Amino acid sequence: MANKRIDEATGTETMGHEWDGIEELNTPLPKWWLYTFYACIAFAIGYVIVYPAIPMIHGATPGIWGWTSRGQLDQEMKKEQAERAPILAAIAKTPLDQLVTDEKLNRQAIEGGAAAFKVNCVQCHGAGAQGSVGYPNLNDDDWLWGGTIDDIAFTITHGVRQAADPESRMSQMPSFGKDGILTPDQVGQVVSYVRTISNQDKPSASSQAGAAIFAANCAVCHGADGKGSQAVGAPNLTDGIWLYGGSVAALTNTVTNAHYGQMPNWGARLDPVTIKMLAAYVFSRGGGKAAAPAAAPSGTGTGTPAQ
Amino acid sequence: MNRPDPIPVDHNSEIGLYQERKQVFPKQIDGTFRRLKWAIMAFCLAVYWGTPWIRWDRGPYAPDQAVLIDLAHRRFYMFTIEIWPQEFYFVAGLLIMAGVGLFLVTSAVGRAWCGYACPQTVWTDLFQHVDRFIDGDRNAQLRLAKAPWGPAKIARRLFKWSIYLAIAFLTGGAWIFYFADAPTLQHQFWTGQAAGVAYATVGVLTFTTFWLGGFMREQVCIYMCPWPRIQTAMLDEKSLLVTYKHWRGEPRGSVKKAEKNPGAFGDCVDCNQCVAVCPTGIDIREGTQVGCITCALCIDACDRVMKQVGHPRGLIDYTTLEDAAAEQRGEPHRPISKILLHPRTLVYLGVWSAIGLGLLFMLGHRVRLDLSVARDRNPEFVMLSDGSVRNGYTVKLRNMEGRPRKMEVSLDGLPAATMYTDEMQASEAARTLTFDVPADETMPLRVYVTEKGPGAAGGDFSFNLRALDKDGGSDTVKTAFTTSN
Repeated sequence: MANKRIDEATGTETMGHEWDGIEELNTPLPKWWLYTFYACIAFAIGYVIVYPAIPMIHGATPGIWGWTSRGQLDQEMKKEQAERAPILAAIAKTPLDQLVTDEKLNRQAIEGGAAAFKVNCVQCHGAGAQGSVGYPNLNDDDWLWGGTIDDIAFTITHGVRQAADPESRMSQMPSFGKDGILTPDQVGQVVSYVRTISNQDKPSASSQAGAAIFAANCAVCHGADGKGSQAVGAPNLTDGIWLYGGSVAALTNTVTNAHYGQMPNWGARLDPVTIKMLAAYVFSRGGGKAAAPAAAPSGTGTGTPAQ
Repeated sequence: MNRPDPIPVDHNSEIGLYQERKQVFPKQIDGTFRRLKWAIMAFCLAVYWGTPWIRWDRGPYAPDQAVLIDLAHRRFYMFTIEIWPQEFYFVAGLLIMAGVGLFLVTSAVGRAWCGYACPQTVWTDLFQHVDRFIDGDRNAQLRLAKAPWGPAKIARRLFKWSIYLAIAFLTGGAWIFYFADAPTLQHQFWTGQAAGVAYATVGVLTFTTFWLGGFMREQVCIYMCPWPRIQTAMLDEKSLLVTYKHWRGEPRGSVKKAEKNPGAFGDCVDCNQCVAVCPTGIDIREGTQVGCITCALCIDACDRVMKQVGHPRGLIDYTTLEDAAAEQRGEPHRPISKILLHPRTLVYLGVWSAIGLGLLFMLGHRVRLDLSVARDRNPEFVMLSDGSVRNGYTVKLRNMEGRPRKMEVSLDGLPAATMYTDEMQASEAARTLTFDVPADETMPLRVYVTEKGPGAAGGDFSFNLRALDKDGGSDTVKTAFTTSN
């Protein structure tokens, strides 16, 4: 390397190679830099030994610590469950009517219920519990089977129209048109009547004819005034909420064919605490009905009407 | 500058790919700047170690530590100021002030941060004093470094390193007290009850202090730290630097040579004291350079020698390149105020003060209660059986005072509407609700607003928040009510 020389301008040694008159100066890195590099190599070797590192045909080398991301998740889940256990135990031993008055526990139950709702219920009732045609809206104040927290918990536990569960909510409206109980004309008349009691249409000759048909065929379950009965799951026909629609076409279809919506009996799938939390969540959605006599909520942070 | 003539390099003296570190053994020196460094070092260390132990009474609902970064509860306490995460712009403002402040200091007094206040400088200085205390001054340290490893040297080294480690542990240990109640944490720390992250933090900071302060030292400044590089771009001929007045010093010659040849030599007697005392091991006579942290210890050393040989002080001195050139031409000195307050410094000072005043103004005018409203998107609205329409809102009442407060939420607009929370019955709905908001907390509410129907029209309305105690305070958030119409 005869080309090595001290560069005149900088006083630094050149590397000895030259191309087209361009030379490289040798400005060496500090030694600690090299040692840091060696330390990284040592760390990498250690890492490869203790952690999964080298890809093989089936998975990777396991590493002597046996760490897996799945195992870590499992550990974290166990830790979470352990932290949650006392809350779940408290919810388990608190009756539902007391749960709603225990501000902190109720809040925890609502959070837990919201999580369980996302897993089990949103498929039918929707992410906001707003339901859709055939699937009840759980936010409103109209309940087929009762809106107290105990009613809600019972419905969740035993489901709707589940033959496997003897306590399941059962109601069976006849298919008046399909089964030939009423003629299409009569169906039209009773639909007219239902639309007048729900304040959608003015009384007419058709609806007057329908009133008699209603009294004979429908009042048994829906009541003489058409306000329904939660005991038998007969919807209130006088309010503004329709599970399958309140238009003439929708009502005609319902009276002709009837609908038998179902809900699983979640008692067979979920543990009682989860069901309690689900009930607390649904109850908190704004339409929950107080069990009579209503206990006045109290405690720090509870809103009280000021006027 | 004198550079060697180009000569072929001897194969045996080849420079390797990696540069050996030339260890620095700075000599002890006393003088004006050394004493200034002592004072600043004592101040900085006292602030660092003392601050977490200052108590500050904030009443029963807030911690009584004067400076506390409470990460767990998302609060930052600094004497009378309490900052919530929502007010993080105060911290951002302080950081911007710190950044501009560094520019300001650099513009006014050069690399004063590097020379006096930087933790790396302060702790390196501390460790170098430990070296002198255990091993003796520069020459003794040099001798010991060259001496072969024997029992005596090993014992001495272990003793010194254990003192390093003790200082490093105290340094790393003090850090965690800024993040939790110091007396409690100290007790927890020694009884093994503190959080794992506390021990890990102490461990990491102990190691970095031990390593960076005890062993890396000036290499951090020269190789690792970006700040000197940034400063090299910020320094100009108006910046205050530690400058060797070469026109006065050169050519160098010892006192003996100068006696033999009067008039042939400059003031520099080539005693090398400026190099011996330098904590980064540079020779300031080669001109200003990235390794010079402007600690000015060489000024102390040189002034002392100049006094002994009977020359005026200031052969090495704090001066700007502009003033150095003026002095070379024989012009009189400018007053120090002129050197410090040049236009660039004034601009930085203006920006820095403007940010500071802006922050102070905002601090004086911030409201200690807050209302935030998020409208439910799913479902947007709920039809009720009587034809009324209901909307859901997540409303947050924020009480930033250190005491519980009674607050009132009311509806402004939608005359036919009432509201209730998910902890109330729909039958209890009202236009105004009162809440006891706990001290220093955000109280989340699920509020259901129902507008009587049929024919609910919806539209824009506001939630009003009003504190009912004598201090008062209010907030309003405008939102919307959706219906199917």
